[in-house]
Amino acid sequence: MTDLPPPPARGCREAPVLKERGQREVFCGLTGIIWLHRKMQDAFFLVVGSRTCAHLLQSAAGVMIFAEPRFGTAILEEKDLAGLADANAELDREVARLLERRPDIRQLFLVGSCPSEVIKLDLDRAAERLNVVHAPHVRVLSYTGAGTDTTFTQGEDSCLAAMVPTLPETTARELLLVGSLPDVVEDQALALLAALGIGPVRCLPARRAGEMPGVGPDTVFALVQPFLGETHGALVKRGARHVAAPFPFGEEGTTRWLRAIADEFGVSPETFEAATAAPRARARKAVAAHAEELRGKSIFFLPDSQLELPLARFLTRECGMTAVEVGTPYLHRDILGPDLDLLAEGPVISEGQDVDLQLDRVRAARPDLTVCGLGLANPLEAEGLATKWAIELVFSPVHFYEQAGDLAALFARPLTRRRILKLEAAE
Amino acid sequence: MKLTLWTYEGPPHVGAMRVATGMKGLHYVLHAPQGDTYADLLFTMIERRNARPPVSYTTFQARDLGSDTASLFKQTCRDAYERFKPEAIIVGASCTAELIQDDPGGLAASMGLPVPVIALDLPSYQRKENFGADETFFQIVKALAKPMERSAQVSCNILGPTGLGFRHRDDVTEITGLLTQMGVAVNVVAPMGARPSDIARMGAAHFNVLLYPETAEAAARHCERVLGQPFTKTVPIGVGATRAYIAEVARLAGVSAKVDESRLRLPWWSASVDSTYLTGKRVYLFGDATHVMAAARMARDEVGFEVVGMGCYNREFARPLRALAKEFGLEALITEDYLEVEAAIAELHPELILGTQMERHIGKRLGIPCAVISAPVHVQDFPARYSPQMGFEGANVMFDTWVHPLVMGLEEHLLHMFREDFEFHDEAGASHHGGQHVARVETPEAPVEATAGTAADTAAPEAGAAPSGEIIWLSDAEKELRKIPFFVRGKAKRNTEKFAAEKGLTRISIETLYEAKAHYAR
Repeated sequence: MTDLPPPPARGCREAPVLKERGQREVFCGLTGIIWLHRKMQDAFFLVVGSRTCAHLLQSAAGVMIFAEPRFGTAILEEKDLAGLADANAELDREVARLLERRPDIRQLFLVGSCPSEVIKLDLDRAAERLNVVHAPHVRVLSYTGAGTDTTFTQGEDSCLAAMVPTLPETTARELLLVGSLPDVVEDQALALLAALGIGPVRCLPARRAGEMPGVGPDTVFALVQPFLGETHGALVKRGARHVAAPFPFGEEGTTRWLRAIADEFGVSPETFEAATAAPRARARKAVAAHAEELRGKSIFFLPDSQLELPLARFLTRECGMTAVEVGTPYLHRDILGPDLDLLAEGPVISEGQDVDLQLDRVRAARPDLTVCGLGLANPLEAEGLATKWAIELVFSPVHFYEQAGDLAALFARPLTRRRILKLEAAE
Repeated sequence: MKLTLWTYEGPPHVGAMRVATGMKGLHYVLHAPQGDTYADLLFTMIERRNARPPVSYTTFQARDLGSDTASLFKQTCRDAYERFKPEAIIVGASCTAELIQDDPGGLAASMGLPVPVIALDLPSYQRKENFGADETFFQIVKALAKPMERSAQVSCNILGPTGLGFRHRDDVTEITGLLTQMGVAVNVVAPMGARPSDIARMGAAHFNVLLYPETAEAAARHCERVLGQPFTKTVPIGVGATRAYIAEVARLAGVSAKVDESRLRLPWWSASVDSTYLTGKRVYLFGDATHVMAAARMARDEVGFEVVGMGCYNREFARPLRALAKEFGLEALITEDYLEVEAAIAELHPELILGTQMERHIGKRLGIPCAVISAPVHVQDFPARYSPQMGFEGANVMFDTWVHPLVMGLEEHLLHMFREDFEFHDEAGASHHGGQHVARVETPEAPVEATAGTAADTAAPEAGAAPSGEIIWLSDAEKELRKIPFFVRGKAKRNTEKFAAEKGLTRISIETLYEAKAHYAR
């Protein structure tokens, strides 16, 4: 088994950034509801918006979910636009009806949308008002998922940032993991940290309302998702301290992320080695199985989930790919610094989007694989360019050692498929 | 304000996109915030289109709202024209842009673009997707189609098919074939496949075929008024409707109504003995009004089902649907709330649902088979094979589609004959469906409910009329109930409990079960 290359002499931390403004082909922050409502099992997400918002959620969810979903849209009608007083009264009535029908709901998020922002419907105040009525059984919070303010994964950032000021104060020295992960992956992370002797470890968001963590000056937090800039700021404001690290994608990312935390908590090198040696070896082996398909191939990331830079680092360093362009909706240099240090200079780093110009660059470069949104994937495939849907990277378990191989496989599959399909005349 | 969990229709600008995406050489400049581009994936993923919809979005953000969204719109218009060089442009606003009142129509008109610019005014907070498609197509036709000399050969336009339409691709092929056979030329098919220059020559046709009233009735009425073109009123879904449609076309075109029916199989398939088991099966219908009305007639007259309920989600067509329901002795359900539809279905407990993807999920929850007859569409509704709903082949396709979710005829007889047999026991399910064969549990203490029955009864406890909790099934009656095949057991259980409740009984014996059976026998 070969070792990974040493960190590059020159990474991308200081690389120039191509900034573009034009048509952005990205989801809005409401989309985050699709995974957030699975994570917080007693929460309901009520979008205050238009039929477009409802249609987006339904379309992005792809398949309709069987049970009565724990998200919905209070659709604004003509009369709500005419008078805000009426809109507030209508909202209170809809919330009361909803909570009456769903006694299992313990947290209610009022989610702002483009239309509610434009008509300046104050959902923070609405949440305060509704808390008076429905607390303590239900806690009501608000955040914005409006496309005017957020893209795709920023919705989660906006949601978690809104939760931070409501977290209880604590003086305990605790590690806080920030960012929603599928439960199975979160459990793996907690097991790894326990093996390092680090504890107690708390998670934001917690799975249930009653399990929300405290925060205070002795809280140390690690991000598991790179798109949590606003949440990062809110936690720092509460006195918590961030452990900067590359994000836990792939064997290297996971090891460096764990190492940064281990150093913070004074874990001995022997303990670290004992806890990570076996899963590291498994992860490398699993990645190697898929890396053959990826080695030497070029990749182009269109901006989507903000996972692009850490994933480019994983694919170039652990799978032997070459990055042509790495686009991201927003570049949080502070949070992504450790990943940028590891990504060798070379690729264009772009922030924002003018989709037509960017597609011109894709067509000129003809990369072996293009990571893009669902609206662009089939059109690019039809032009002979292999694609990977970015949304799957957000919905699938891809973090930490045991998913490193699955993560590589997500990128290898479109290439493998192209190789195995034989659609010409049979010999 | 109305709480919505799932919707049957998107916003009106999605309807406009369906028209634009169906057409060629037309571009839609849409004033809309970042995020509204999600609508592209409907076309590229659900319909598997190989090109992006011809839509440029302004994707404005909060920082633009503070400065100048109007110039952003004009810039987007200019860039779209330069890059795509369309023959015509439609401009409009999505729900958020409607609130900031930039007047896309006025802005675009002031730019002096060298192609027609058609402004759309789609009230996002009042109307929905079908209205958006209908209005957009009407505005395009109104702007571009002018009276002109009729074609020498008798010809018609086919109106209504759009992008993301339920089986529109194959319906057009089927209907074009029928018209050709009758000696009627097709002048223009629109919106689907038409260029703005084709719309301009629509006036050459002698009459119009209106395939989908939901998306083209306004345009058809306009053409009748301004171009003097009558339009067909019959939607050719089902054998009877197709024959009526052929007669209508023959009258409008002055041609013979004689067509080749040799490929029409539904009548014999329905008459043949295997189909006996379809007799009187209770069906519930929900979808867009046009498809529901056609399917209701087919279900009753051509397949021999009993229609126990029907409804639609598009209020624009509530009146004709209500009238038809009345003719069936029913009251139509007009609603956009799928929970109301679910409650109606749970209450009626039909043996088959003919609905949309939404009802397919309802059916799955309630353990009732469902076949899809209408939009909203799903990736499944764009099959690779030829699969029209209209014309004679459409009737064949619908027969197969409706019968497929049910247990096959002979198989149903076998299940009745060998109820407790080790292979034909009912937990095994229909033999032509997926899922592993389930061996029969031989212990006498087997759970009371089979899977299908359990799902039905626990999923909708509030909707049921039968107070299951207060009535006790004696063990002999329970065993007897288990011997009833699963696809009728739910009904038998409900009927028996209802019967018991009416008689004031709190315990159900074998006697009660059979008394109830006799009571409900028709």
